[in-house]
Amino acid sequence: MARISLKVNGTQHVHEVEPRMLLVHYLREVLSLTGTHVGCDTSQCGACTVLLDGKAVKACSVLAVQADGSEVKTVEGLAQDGRLHPLQEGFWEEHGLQCGFCTPGMLMAAYGLLQSNPHPDEHAIRAGLEGNLCRCTGYHNIVKAVQHATKTMAEGTSKTAAPARTVGAA
Amino acid sequence: MATQPGNVERLFGKAMKRREDPRFITGRATFTDDIKLPGMTYAVFVRSPLASARIRGIDVAKARAVPGVRAVFTGKDMADGGVKGIPAGWLLPDIKLTDHRPLAVDRVRHVGDAVAVVVAETPYAARDAADLVEVDYEELPAVADAVKALAPGAPQVHENAPGNRCFHWEIGDKAKAEAALKGAAKVVKVSLVNQRLIANAIEPRACAASYSPATDELTLWVTSQNPHVHRLIMGAFVLGIPEHKFRVIAPDVGGGFGSKIFIYPEEVAVSWLTRKLGAPVKWTAERRESFLTDSHGRDHHSQVEMGFDAHGKVAGLRVKTVANLGAYLTLFAPAVPTYLYGTLLNGVYDFPSIFCEVDGVFTHTTPVDAYRGAGRPEACYLLERTMDIAARTLQLDPAELRRRNYIGKDRFPFQTQVALVYDSGNYAPTLERALKMVGYEHFRTSQAEARAKGRYLGLGISTYIEACGIAPSQVVGSLGAQAGLYESGTVRVHPTGKVTVLTGSHSHGQGHETTFAQLVADELSIPIDDVEIVHGDTGRIPFGMGTYGSRSGAVGGTAIHMSLEKLKAKGRRLAAHLLEAAPEDVEFKNGRFSVKGAPDRGKAWAEVTLAAYLAHSMPAGMEPGLEETSFYDPSNFTFPFGTHIAVVEVDIATGRTELLRYVAVDDVGNVINPTIVDGQLHGGIAQGAAQALWEWATYDDNGQLLTGSLMDYGLPRADQLPKFETDRTVTPSPVNPLGVKGAGEAGTIASTPAVANAVLDALSPFGITHLDIPLTPAKVWQAVQDARGKGKG
Ligand code: FES
Ligand code: FES
Repeated sequence: MARISLKVNGTQHVHEVEPRMLLVHYLREVLSLTGTHVGCDTSQCGACTVLLDGKAVKACSVLAVQADGSEVKTVEGLAQDGRLHPLQEGFWEEHGLQCGFCTPGMLMAAYGLLQSNPHPDEHAIRAGLEGNLCRCTGYHNIVKAVQHATKTMAEGTSKTAAPARTVGAA
Repeated sequence: MATQPGNVERLFGKAMKRREDPRFITGRATFTDDIKLPGMTYAVFVRSPLASARIRGIDVAKARAVPGVRAVFTGKDMADGGVKGIPAGWLLPDIKLTDHRPLAVDRVRHVGDAVAVVVAETPYAARDAADLVEVDYEELPAVADAVKALAPGAPQVHENAPGNRCFHWEIGDKAKAEAALKGAAKVVKVSLVNQRLIANAIEPRACAASYSPATDELTLWVTSQNPHVHRLIMGAFVLGIPEHKFRVIAPDVGGGFGSKIFIYPEEVAVSWLTRKLGAPVKWTAERRESFLTDSHGRDHHSQVEMGFDAHGKVAGLRVKTVANLGAYLTLFAPAVPTYLYGTLLNGVYDFPSIFCEVDGVFTHTTPVDAYRGAGRPEACYLLERTMDIAARTLQLDPAELRRRNYIGKDRFPFQTQVALVYDSGNYAPTLERALKMVGYEHFRTSQAEARAKGRYLGLGISTYIEACGIAPSQVVGSLGAQAGLYESGTVRVHPTGKVTVLTGSHSHGQGHETTFAQLVADELSIPIDDVEIVHGDTGRIPFGMGTYGSRSGAVGGTAIHMSLEKLKAKGRRLAAHLLEAAPEDVEFKNGRFSVKGAPDRGKAWAEVTLAAYLAHSMPAGMEPGLEETSFYDPSNFTFPFGTHIAVVEVDIATGRTELLRYVAVDDVGNVINPTIVDGQLHGGIAQGAAQALWEWATYDDNGQLLTGSLMDYGLPRADQLPKFETDRTVTPSPVNPLGVKGAGEAGTIASTPAVANAVLDALSPFGITHLDIPLTPAKVWQAVQDARGKGKG
């Protein structure tokens, strides 16, 4: 077992983990942050994307021990100060999700993309998200969602309050 | 607390934002793998690496010794424990059924067939132990290709199916079609492969089961499109668990596309294990298991003969198809290449005669069943690809050939040559609109100019028809379905006027929590926030057949609509009683029951709902409460249609195709939420286009899946697709009171032939008339080289 200490969505955590434990399993199983998903076993789908020290990474390709001393942001940490992140707002406004399984990874990958390129054109958005698979949307509305977010971010912050309750959750 | 009346804005047809989205965009959704119960244990399955083998023995000693392992079971253990095989849900005359054991007992029949299961306290321990299970296999010859499996001397998959033939099925008039082809001015003959595909929902299949000795109730959470179907089949046929002591919950489900309809071995095993071990058990597929064990789709080889008269009018159609069923028959497998395929071969064209025969064939491959479209894409691809080849043969413009042959708009209801009656349709306007959007005339000019410069552009057209909401139950029963195909909808009005809807449909991305709420809020004139849609739980919903075949709006939505009508009628009678008026004189408008002509004499919705529960003053014979349940069994399918056009450029040097534009004009009847319908089409188009260009589940001769991971299987990515240009015409369905048809599969059905036709159009200067899909760079490049070798191009 190895001792790791890392900050996730602003909270410091210390745990003993198996050295082989993947970061995505640490987030899901140990911290119960189940917003980050696992969609494949070959680092292709991007459903597990999180920010590791500000960079979008596939959490299925990082060991938890490699994240020792780092700062991680997951989809649960996207909304700030009671407001949705502009990307979350964009996905909601533009119907950028259907089943929602790829969505957390898409959001975090898009977050990473906008950090390195705040004004991507359609081509750059498509290229920037090619490491994330969505089987539902055909990507059309995901591109629009990211474009929506770029505009919001240029104008300030999202206007949508983070919902206190959600309908229908199982 | 009273509901505010007067929400008069009509929501039917409004592009509303989805109400379910907040939980998904904030990471608060609950998918099956997110479920964690106290004392949870984890299952991992040991799978056959061989396509065909006899199991000589299984040694589980080493696996059992791994720390944290609770148990290891084999197929024999489960059979001895009374677990039966998983049945097929649709029977055909003289069909050969399979004994599909959840864990193989003495034979394995495809790579990935499960032979043992390990349960441990952590997923990692279970995986470690699974690697230590030693299976002694005697390898047997295998056959993966359906045409080869029919050949004399081919390895046998099941002893009770000689020659590997599961069934032979026919539809249409053989003699008439033969005579028509004999008399035709021209007969176009083509042999087509519709390749095998894998659904690849991004959420892998998963299940978790828990048994309560206190209540003797078993709960199964499962990635299912139809939890009641799961409960019925697993309870009654496989596990022998009383249905009333078995609760199946399909929580948030991350896409299905057909692959989550079926009853899978892992779900059976986990449900059995939890009782056996006295602990909750969870299993989640790894993606490689999805590739090997999720039921696959398509896999047809067809011979087509389409006859034309001297004026380019269709004279007859004869089709002979070999359909690969894989190693076992899963739930809908027998229906997909028969009733969902052969009956769609009339397409949108006025064929005077059709005959189709299908051989369903067992092979040593993963079972094949419904995948988005299920039979209908195979029929549409066959017709639309052949139409394009015919256009070239007859030297007619492909748009003009279609135009000449459409069933006219005054011919509905239209009796086809292959049993169906189309409800409504008007095909030509979708073609004309799509041609205009794409700039057809202009395209042909730029295509010629580009060719002169060595650039190869192509345009492909497809006009499709879909059949949604397969019904009525009496008819499908007579055709072999082992279930009815109706849907249930309960509307429960609470004393305060708030509403809970229990629907038997299941949303795994389709947005029912929004669209169904739109229907309810409209009918009752209440704010949409006062409506909750509940789905996916046999413990809460009376019954349901689930979601597949684009049936939810047309069938599930209508069931809810029927309950709303009953509620309004009861409300009117109660209001009349309270207002001391005759029920006929009371109307319900804008959230108020009032006396016709005297709008001041009225009761608000919430006053009446409260009165129904107070029951202090009720009309004679009326029961208290306000809740209605309806089961809607449609009188017919609904038939959406449309025309899609793809524009591509083929790079002759590399064989690579780029999708430049995609235009879709669809008619799905009335539209409840245009944003959601567009989204369904986008996703469908992406899947169908990917079948034309990239996706292919292919086996080697030993039955090894060569495209068994996302590294090898061409799932489409954001940078490979264009934006989609969509438009609509609206021809309401007369079948249901909502006038809706269905939109879930339309995009997939239409797009494969549109894109394939575009690539073949681009390649026409090389004299290449047909290539089988997927039109990968390697295949296209080779075809171009071959053509050049023959001095073409
Ligand atoms: S889980 Fe698929 S890329 Fe990480
Ligand atoms: S929304 Fe379902 S996979 Fe993207």
